[in-house]
Amino acid sequence: MNARAALLVSVVLSSLLSASISSGQVSFERILGADKEPQNWLTYSGTTLSQRHSLLNQITPANVKNLELQWIYQARSLEKFEATPLVVDGIMYTVQAPNHVIALDAATGRVFWTYSHHPVRGRPCCGRVNRGLAILDDILFMGTIDAHLIAIDAKNGRPLWDTTVASARSAYTITHAPLVIKDKVIVGTAGGEYGIRGFLAAYDAHTGKEVWRFNTIPGPGEPGHETWGGDSWKTGGGPLWMTGSYDPVLNLTYWGVGNPSPDWNGDDRPGDNLYSDSVIALDADTGMLKWYYQFSPHDEFDYDAVQVPVLADMEWQGKPRKVILWANRNGFFYVLDRATGQFLLGKPFVEVTWASGFDEKGRPVLVPGKIPSAEGTLIYPGNPGGTSWYSPSYNPRTGLFYIPAWVNSSSLFVKAPVKYREGREYAGGTNRSTVAFDWSPAPNFRKEEEGYGAVRAVDPHTGEMRWEFKMADVTEGGILTTASDLLFSGGREGYFFALDARSGELLWKAAVGAAVQSGPMTYSVNGKQYVAVNAGTCLFVFGLRQ
Amino acid sequence: MRAFKLCTSVFAVFLATINTLSAKQQTDTPSEVNDGRQLFIANCAVCHGPDGDSVPGVDLGHGKFKRASSYDDLVEIISAGVPGTAMPAFSKVFEGKGECLNCHSVKNKGSRLGPDLAEIGAVRRMIELERSLLEPNAEILLQNRMVRLVTRDGITITGRLLNQDTFSVQLIDSKERLLSFQKSSLKEYAFVDKSPMPTYRDKLNPGELADLVSYLVSLKGIGGQ
Ligand code: HEC
Ligand code: HEC
Repeated sequence: MNARAALLVSVVLSSLLSASISSGQVSFERILGADKEPQNWLTYSGTTLSQRHSLLNQITPANVKNLELQWIYQARSLEKFEATPLVVDGIMYTVQAPNHVIALDAATGRVFWTYSHHPVRGRPCCGRVNRGLAILDDILFMGTIDAHLIAIDAKNGRPLWDTTVASARSAYTITHAPLVIKDKVIVGTAGGEYGIRGFLAAYDAHTGKEVWRFNTIPGPGEPGHETWGGDSWKTGGGPLWMTGSYDPVLNLTYWGVGNPSPDWNGDDRPGDNLYSDSVIALDADTGMLKWYYQFSPHDEFDYDAVQVPVLADMEWQGKPRKVILWANRNGFFYVLDRATGQFLLGKPFVEVTWASGFDEKGRPVLVPGKIPSAEGTLIYPGNPGGTSWYSPSYNPRTGLFYIPAWVNSSSLFVKAPVKYREGREYAGGTNRSTVAFDWSPAPNFRKEEEGYGAVRAVDPHTGEMRWEFKMADVTEGGILTTASDLLFSGGREGYFFALDARSGELLWKAAVGAAVQSGPMTYSVNGKQYVAVNAGTCLFVFGLRQ
Repeated sequence: MRAFKLCTSVFAVFLATINTLSAKQQTDTPSEVNDGRQLFIANCAVCHGPDGDSVPGVDLGHGKFKRASSYDDLVEIISAGVPGTAMPAFSKVFEGKGECLNCHSVKNKGSRLGPDLAEIGAVRRMIELERSLLEPNAEILLQNRMVRLVTRDGITITGRLLNQDTFSVQLIDSKERLLSFQKSSLKEYAFVDKSPMPTYRDKLNPGELADLVSYLVSLKGIGGQ
């Protein structure tokens, strides 16, 4: 088939597909089968397996050089723009900071309506960000900076219900996109720098009533409570700030839990501090814990495990296995069995100096002396981590797992005494990093050995790196892969680019003028494929030149 | 004339002098005030007296001046002296024997290859300035790094790095050109780890060094901002 014919076929196919399901309502069946309608993007990570992999293939390694800008949406906000949009049958829904929902024509960027929630309080550590929405039927769901969960009519932008999830006064906040499972909306609370007690809760999608709640820090009498000395569990953190995943066969939902509070001083919280820095697998109907795996027991480095859990089915040592792939902020890449939580593999994907490896149960073996100190201790990866919330991608076609990585970045971790005061920072020290968090492309004077960003492609079977694409500056851009073996990502220095997912070769780039701080996504309207990404305060949408 | 800061502490006289008309005055830390005191005693007290009021008509500690009516005037007087009077020109070493202008600029004088020093007194402490003069390699700030590159046609260029990304590099070279290159057009691109700045340990005597530091401390940017 020549290129023209291929294009024709894909156009016809996708218009057929969209015609058959343009009923408007996004049922949960549609969400579960999201890969069957790749013209749409129905959840934060594309599907509930969170591979951020699209079956669209109109844009290919051969024609990607013809990508050009189709439209830009400039947010009326100067705050970070971290949302991944949803696209449903030609309509795009996204959120500009802090909590303004916008419905746009996905082909032209024209705005249908906006809905503004003005958070009365809320000062998250790292900006009043929002990473996106969830949808079910004709209802959009947004978690807010002041820890509300709001249901919004997708047709007219009117609020349907507004539930207070937690107290903003105590510095609870919601920054991630909710996850819809069946008739429930699931969200968790952030605030790990303020001594919250984190939880994940499910709300009835039609009424906003709480159905179940899972405390990320077990209370008295619950298993795991003994991993917190004294009263430390009351203010122990364990925030949730990235969207989880769902396996419909196991009926389990997976979430990554953030750091224990205070961040850099664990003296007042002796023990492993469950379930901070863990992945938790919960029964989606009841919220009961099925299993957990703790990546960083008794963490004193702020190594949140808030990464998106990527679910994949693959051959593992000769047998098919359902696994979770996980590149952690703590510098290790993990493979876990997602039915049981069994530790299958752990291997550094960047330099790691706080742990030397794992015991047979998968518990990290600590390096003596590598803990924060009054004068500061140098540790790799630094406080920003080997990666963080930036979405990774798994491409089943290449079998590779792609990580937005911070390479060679380290921090001096400084420990200081701290007392809990409601709503105040509760971090217990500070850190000095070779590469700091920064959201606009500041001039870069660093040498490679002082920290750079990369897309690293890892073979999940071995944890070995197959290739890397180096960026002079670090990256807070997520990764999207497509069925034509393209990989899209961007970095802090303000490029959005396409790589060959098999080799890492750069195929196309666009200077977008500010840091890419969102996960790219792709969709199609009337048979034309688009790729969307936020950079700075704008949403950029690219498509092939006609 | 803007309002003068009332400063009763002798120790703060030197800084008071150069801060009197400056918006930065509120931000002086105790250690800066101490630095100021040392500098004042070492360099100014011989004539202005320990309280800053020995020169007739001038009371540095109380912001009483004969000529200066703005912050820039003060810097200018400390830098250039008052011709025909005993007030010396503290910029003498900087502009003369030290040859600092070969690599540095202050306002529109000198070379822009090295870092601009017009507000160095506002962003560095005295001890850091002394160290820069005695051991220029001890600590080179990120934004002062030099790079050396060789183009595909074999031309070598050295300059101060202004920015870089995955694909390109921006610098100012010794001819003060703002240059931008695609890395793909370069044969070599590397950081120059040794500072081109010479040490002044043996080039200047202690008196000259003290004068020079006094001058650098007085450089607080336009209008002292
Ligand atoms: C060798 C003697 C001498 C030294 C050393 C000296 N000064 Fe002066 N300075 C004078 C004299 C004399 C005048 C008055 C000039 C005039 O008649 O206008 C003066 C004037 C000034 C004025 C101008 C005041 C006005 O009325 O406008 C300032 C400011 C000043 N000195 C600051 C300093 C500082 C700061 C130092 C040390 C870094 C210093 N001087 C060191 C002798 C000296
Ligand atoms: C041959 C060129 C050259 C000469 C001459 C030179 N410098 Fe420098 N200087 C540099 C360069 C390049 C840097 C930046 C790299 C470094 O810190 O060493 C620098 C750095 C400095 C700094 C530190 C700047 C900062 O941001 O902290 C100071 C202060 C300084 N010079 C003062 C002087 C003074 C005063 C003189 C004259 C006595 C002088 N320099 C002469 C090239 C020169």
